[in-house]
Parts: sequence; structure tokens; C-alpha cells
Amino acid sequence: MNILVCLSQVPDTTTKISFTADNKELNKAGVQFIINPYDELALTKALELNEGGGGGTVVVVHVGGADAEPVLRKALAIGADQAVRINAVPMDARQVAGEIAHYVRSASFDLVLAGRESIDYNGGLVGGMLAEYLDWPLVNVATAIEGGAGGSMVVCRDMDGGREKLEVNLPAVITCQKELTEPRIPNMRGIMAARTKPLQVLSPQGVAADMQLLEHALPPSRQACKFFEIHQMDELVEALHQQAKVL
Amino acid sequence: MKILVYAEQQDGHLKKSAVEAVSFAKKSFESLGNINITVLLGGQVNQQAAADLGKYGANSVWMPAQSTLNAFEVHLHSAAIQQALVETEAEVLVMAHTYCGKSLAPRLSVAWDAALAAGVNGPPECAADGSWKVQRTVYSNKGIATYSVWGARRILTFTPNALKPADGASPCAVTAWNVSLDSVSARTRNLELQKVQGKIPLTEAERVISGGRGLKGPEHWHLIEDLAEACDAATACSKPVSDMHWRSHDEHVGQTGITIKPDLYIAVGISGAIQHLAGVSSSKTIVAINTDQDAPFFKVADYGVVGDAFEVLPQLTQAIRRLRKG
Repeated sequence: MNILVCLSQVPDTTTKISFTADNKELNKAGVQFIINPYDELALTKALELNEGGGGGTVVVVHVGGADAEPVLRKALAIGADQAVRINAVPMDARQVAGEIAHYVRSASFDLVLAGRESIDYNGGLVGGMLAEYLDWPLVNVATAIEGGAGGSMVVCRDMDGGREKLEVNLPAVITCQKELTEPRIPNMRGIMAARTKPLQVLSPQGVAADMQLLEHALPPSRQACKFFEIHQMDELVEALHQQAKVL
Repeated sequence: MKILVYAEQQDGHLKKSAVEAVSFAKKSFESLGNINITVLLGGQVNQQAAADLGKYGANSVWMPAQSTLNAFEVHLHSAAIQQALVETEAEVLVMAHTYCGKSLAPRLSVAWDAALAAGVNGPPECAADGSWKVQRTVYSNKGIATYSVWGARRILTFTPNALKPADGASPCAVTAWNVSLDSVSARTRNLELQKVQGKIPLTEAERVISGGRGLKGPEHWHLIEDLAEACDAATACSKPVSDMHWRSHDEHVGQTGITIKPDLYIAVGISGAIQHLAGVSSSKTIVAINTDQDAPFFKVADYGVVGDAFEVLPQLTQAIRRLRKG
């Protein structure tokens, strides 16, 4: 199958978040950027699906500036055949999905995989929007993906209060959740090969954003912890009942 | 202003998020005056439960006359909502940022050509020029971002537990609504459904008891479950616990798991790594139980107990049972 994997770069999960003086942007000083963990699962799954038979290519696509190229090279080292960077400043999900949709229409993919959300803006919207732009079916939050040879896939996904196993016809957009697979660490051969794999830069279509980011803030700090001894559990319960009013 | 609210149901029962959605719509826009809230039920539910949505601000409730929508299928529900948007001439669509909402809202944003403010923390600030100012958490709760949203059509989705529903008004009329989906077909085929029985869904829970490596093994989870049962809480776990398969991944809360904001979060034997705190730090009240008095969790907790979970949990469970009996 020809599979497209949508990739974003995010601060490493251990990052202590701070913002620039005008609160418009993340303070990037000292921040290590990584492939969004859910996108990394999507990439690994794409490789596994093709290794399991049938073959095909895996392309990763990113909407953003040249600063994301190390992350795209890493995706190539993990095993993607080709990387595409759409050279636009990402503003909101509709813009990103619109740009990717345009690229998908110009190519020939059987399946688009994306992370269930990015761990920076946590929207979880690009997959669904992309599916609608392309008029393809959508399966959100997949924990298992199988098949593909007969033009359809069987997918397990998380839903509110349970899990569902369903079948979906290709082409489709599927977003990826933990448990789908384990991420791969690139080996030396992969890293060497990544240097010569194609990384294509495309001009954006100029899809407009609907939202404007005004400012960032840090969450309000919390009050000091009040400690209770083991023999004071009735007092703790009383505090939760009377003061916090949560019991 | 005409507002459409999409209210979720499961097995014929309104979900908690349904009442929240109606309340959220009312609280968000009542200051504008002259608002009209129509609720589209995502399937058939009890007539009285439907009418009672009026108490939270609904002016009318549309109950599907056919059973087509009773099981959730994103493409059918998306088409039904689009039909209702046209019939109500709504300018704003409100729904919950649940798994269902997260599948529907992005599709509808493109299909209906509407700006989407997704996963907001509270009602928008409506400016005089008609734009909204909304806040949502970013970087998995490590930050808050404020956005300006505008446009003739808008979709607003809110995080569950964003506000306490307030009733007060009276029940409203429930209309049987004809779902005309002749030209639309489901695009996924359900093969199997596994429902979590007798457990409170984590994202809807008002109270959550969460266990970490300090529990020393899955065989000790009855201590967490007993405490959860005593205070009607959902159970959760840290990333190492789900990685070691002590508990299933859908209980993992944190930066790469589920982000929650319950009223009460009790963390047992969890040190409080930054990735874990990210997912739970917007809980209203946090209790940490840990043997290590220097555990980072105590820096964000409101209440703390330094002690062995195996001693503390039974005592705490008993104390809660005494309160509830009392």
C-alpha cells in the first residue's frame, strides 16, 4: 500500500514549558524536539503494514518550517521512503489539514495515518478534517490495524466507555493511539540511508486559518500541600468533604 | 442567535456530557440575549430525560424518529447534524470534546465550513465585534492558550467537567425528528463492541483514584478498587503501570495518555513525573499518597499523606465509608 503518515514535531515530553516574553510563542531555548509520539507509532505501523506483505511506499508529510528537517530525517532513518515538507507556518488545524489534503489529491495514497493528537496543541483535529476534505472515511483513536490487501482494513479503536472493532474501506484516514505498536529506534544503516532519501519541499496553497493565537500562559500555581498522618484519615476525609467539597 | 447542541447518548441513556453541553451553550451565550437552543439527540432516549434538558436551557429537543443513529457511526451522525444545522439555521454548534465529539467536530468544521474552537476550558468571552476569546490547555496541561475565533459559522467543543450543570428552567417540548439520510451510508461496519461494564468512564468521572508503581503489582489493585468503590470514583494508573501491563492502557493518565480534570484526583504510589502531572494537574483537588516525602507530587497536591499505600488505603477507604454512612 502507499501510505502517508502525517508528522508533527513537538517538545520532548520531559520539557518544562515556558513562553517568550510576549507570551506569543514557546520559549524554544534548550528544548529538544521529537517526532510527536503518536505520529511515531503511526509511522512504525505504516512500515509494519507494508512489511507484512504487498509492499508499497511510506511517505511522511509535515507542515512547517525548515527547523523540522532533523525530525523528518529521523523519520527517514526509521524507515520512511520519502519525506515531504509543506513550507508554511502552521496556524491552526484547518490550515494544516487543508494543505495536506491538497498534497494527498496530487498523489496516490491508499491510507493516511496520523497520531490521535499532537502533544503540543493537543487538538486531535487534523485527521478528521483531512478525512472530510478528501471525503474519505475516518477511524479515530485506533489501537490495532490489520488487513488492507482486499481494499479494507479491520481496526480496533477506543471509544467513550469501551472499545469497538470495525471494518473500513480504503482509502481511509486512521488516527493512532498507544498500544498500536512500539516505536522503532533507527539503526546505523537507516541513519546512513536517510541522508540520501528524498526530502521534498512544497510551496503551500495558502489555506487560511480560522483562529488566531492571542497569548499563552502558565497554569495557575497551586497552594502548599497540607499533610495528614496515617492515623488522621478521618480528618483528611473531613477536609475533602467540608473544605474542598469533593466528597 | 440560533444554537444547535449535539447531545450524546449510549444504549438509550443520555450521557453526562449531554446535560453539560446544554448548560455550556446556555452559559456561553445567554448574556447575548435572544438565544434559541435546539438539542439534537444522537439517538433515541427516554422521553422524560429528553424533556428535562429544558431545565438546563434547551428550548426544544429533537429526538430522531428512526433508530438509524442509535449506534454511533461518525459519518451518519455527521450527516444528521448537518441536516439539523440546515433545518435550525443555527450559527453555532456546541458539543462535548469526547471521543465522539473529537471524531465529529473536525469533519463538521470542514463540511459546514465553520471555525472550530475545540476542547475549550470554559465558556467563551463574547466580544462586541462578534468574535470569541476562548481558552484551552496546551502542551498537555503544561500551558494555557487564548485564541480569538471568528466567522459566520462556529463550532464550540468543551472538555468534559468544564462546568457544573445548573438546572432551573422547566422541561421543554420534545419533537420527533425525521432523519433523512437516504443519500448517506455508514462508511465503517461495526464488527464487535466491548463495553466497559460497571465502571465509570475515566473522562466523565468526578473522582479518580490512580495507582502507580508504589502498588508493587497488579495483584494489589483491589486496594485502589475498594477506595474507588467507596467514593464512586473511576480508576486510573501511571504510564509505567500500563507499560508493564499491570493495567490496560485506557487507564493511563498523563501526557501521552488521557488528560483528565476531575473534582478529586487521588494519586497512590505515583512519584509525580512531569509527564504524569501534565495529564492531571487541572484536577480541582489533588491528594497524593507516597512513601517518599520528597516525591514531586506533593508540590502540586492539595493534601498529602506520607506513608505506605498498603497501610494508608484501607484506612482511607474505611474513613470514607464512615462519612458516607454517617
